[in-house]
Amino acid sequence: MKMHRYEKIWLFLAASMLVIAVVYSGVQTFALGQGPPSGVGMIDPEKVEETAPFDNPGISKIGDNEYEVVMILRAFSFEPNIIEIPAGATVHFKMTSIDVMHGFQVIGTNLNAMIMPGHIQEAKQKFKKPGEYLAICNEYCGVGHQLMSMKIIVK
Amino acid sequence: METIENKISTMSGSNRLDSRLTLMYFSIAFITLLAGGLLGLLQGLNRAGLLELPTNFNYYQVLTAHGILLVLVFSVLFVIAYFYSILSHTMDGLFPIVRKMGWISLITMLVGVVLVVTQVVMGNASVMYTFYPPMKASPWFYVGLFIVVAGIWIAAFGGFTQIAKWRKRNRGKHIPLLGFFAMGVFILLFFGSLGVTAEVLMLIPWAFGWTETINVMLSRTLFWSFGHTFVNIWYLTAVSLWYVVVPKVIGGRLFSDTLTRVVVILLVVSNIPGGFHHQIVDPGMSEGIKLTHALMSMVIGFPSLMTAFAMFFVFARVGKKKGAKGVFGWIKKMPWGDVRFLAPMIAMIFFIPGGAGGIAQNANQLNQVVHNSLWVVGHFHITVGVTAVLTFFGAMYWLIPYLSKRTLTPAMNKLGVIQTLIWTIGMVFMAGGMHTVGLLGAPRRTSYTTYGDSATAASWDPYLLLLAVGGTLLTIALVMIVYIVFNLMFFAPKGNTEFPIAQGEENASETPKWTERWTVWIIIMLVIVAFGYVIPLVDMIQNAPPGSPPFVTW
Ligand SMILES: [Cu+2]
Repeated sequence: MKMHRYEKIWLFLAASMLVIAVVYSGVQTFALGQGPPSGVGMIDPEKVEETAPFDNPGISKIGDNEYEVVMILRAFSFEPNIIEIPAGATVHFKMTSIDVMHGFQVIGTNLNAMIMPGHIQEAKQKFKKPGEYLAICNEYCGVGHQLMSMKIIVK
Repeated sequence: METIENKISTMSGSNRLDSRLTLMYFSIAFITLLAGGLLGLLQGLNRAGLLELPTNFNYYQVLTAHGILLVLVFSVLFVIAYFYSILSHTMDGLFPIVRKMGWISLITMLVGVVLVVTQVVMGNASVMYTFYPPMKASPWFYVGLFIVVAGIWIAAFGGFTQIAKWRKRNRGKHIPLLGFFAMGVFILLFFGSLGVTAEVLMLIPWAFGWTETINVMLSRTLFWSFGHTFVNIWYLTAVSLWYVVVPKVIGGRLFSDTLTRVVVILLVVSNIPGGFHHQIVDPGMSEGIKLTHALMSMVIGFPSLMTAFAMFFVFARVGKKKGAKGVFGWIKKMPWGDVRFLAPMIAMIFFIPGGAGGIAQNANQLNQVVHNSLWVVGHFHITVGVTAVLTFFGAMYWLIPYLSKRTLTPAMNKLGVIQTLIWTIGMVFMAGGMHTVGLLGAPRRTSYTTYGDSATAASWDPYLLLLAVGGTLLTIALVMIVYIVFNLMFFAPKGNTEFPIAQGEENASETPKWTERWTVWIIIMLVIVAFGYVIPLVDMIQNAPPGSPPFVTW
């Protein structure tokens, strides 16, 4: 296979760029702990409300300016649908869906995750700036999907 | 019988019986495009807050129909018609059995599509093009999908039959380069849809109520094994035209027959696991698996970058021959006023931001920023709507007249140039708006909403207006292309139109025999698919949570 010299250079650069992108992803995931939300816990989707911790959804303090939010997503609402935290707090979200697939995205942050029935999704986010954050469902879940949102108030 | 037909075909350009088949495909494809596009306009207007849709024909119903008609029906009909035209032209006419399979495929697909669309229109299947369970559509919706896929398979096997029979008759010869692309596309059409077929076969008994629950994660993964492969089928189709037709239109030669075939092989073998990047922020999968898949998706970028080089090289070479100077001197030497060049050229230019966006979405952390936002919709309106579809449009200006034995007049060419520019500007507005507002957090697949008068949502409004402006321009261009296609089919002046196929360079080296070893490439493809999917699928089946019962949420 005859290849032009310029093409060899170009392909070398192309391959390097792709390798760098993947290596960088790997470093972010495993060395910096910034992997994508990948909760591996499971739950019976028909018994969400009777299974701990989802029998008691809400926010609880688990450390020094560290909180855990246990959340149930259902068409077309979040439970809880409003939480308040101090600025600088790290929040660990534990979420599942009681019916169909939903998304959870906190606008203005990088927090974005799929929430599926049967799976417990986990994600954490540090809220540095005070303000009111809009969180929405970003996966179509039915006729009221456009109404599905909640608020995170950072004081 | 065959030989007489073949003689007629070489004498007069296109084989009459074959062109009747492919013109029928193209007619239905463009009617579908018109219907699907008009539904798209309704959404753009609604999303911008300019139009309220009635409850018996709501946003989500319209969106479901828009997605299915364009992503599935239009593109599949187009791709099959395009490659059947190629097989007919480059292999001395279709064999009668293959032509028959083409007709059976078309009828089968139409039966399936009617079933699917009826369910959507009746409001029994507002489940989007992705139909993620446990949202449950009417079982007939899934039955319809299965019939559509069966039709696709018949067409793919028709393609395999044609190539196999031709090879038997032409021992020792290479498959013509465009036929090589056809082979790659038919392989992807068949193997790429196996996963979704398995999914649909699980959904049918569940939707009828014969089984109680469904494995949500498994369904979603099987869906995406197909969902992204289809994207690459359009892409491979567009690329075939860039490599083989565009050089001829500008008066040049092929880049390299061998390297072109290598690009086809790479795209085919590396394709199917690419779909996993749709699941980067899913639960139930470890970060290690996700990183493996980020790598596997990234591999698809490699042949695309090869293509970028090849195209640049061809342009530069033609430019130099015509006396161009400097690195970008060729730009002035290109036939910009020839729509057969202009449309695919703009398509290629848009592949630069489109491809870069694709690489960004493949990366784990960047994906998290834009996942399920309108950014993604902007991305595929650029890649599919410009890179693929504008190339398809570009093919119509010579392929339809070739098939209908008519000619492209200067006036029609001019109309085509205007159509191309309006389409491009429309996409710039629409996709540009989507990319921007997506970065600001606006979600995809969501009708107009203020989220309880949230200030954040209000800040999206100006960008959403761009969707309406772009959508309106696109609709104008859409009506124009449909007019052009039917004009070229029935009303343009009679005559013979060339099927432009570039020849290799005179000093080009012989294409090696190993490129033809399709059995080997298919095996390698299956090994790569297994490498990507066996571990996660086994895990999803063995380690599954209790399944989900059906929900109807619309
Ligand atoms: Cu939702």
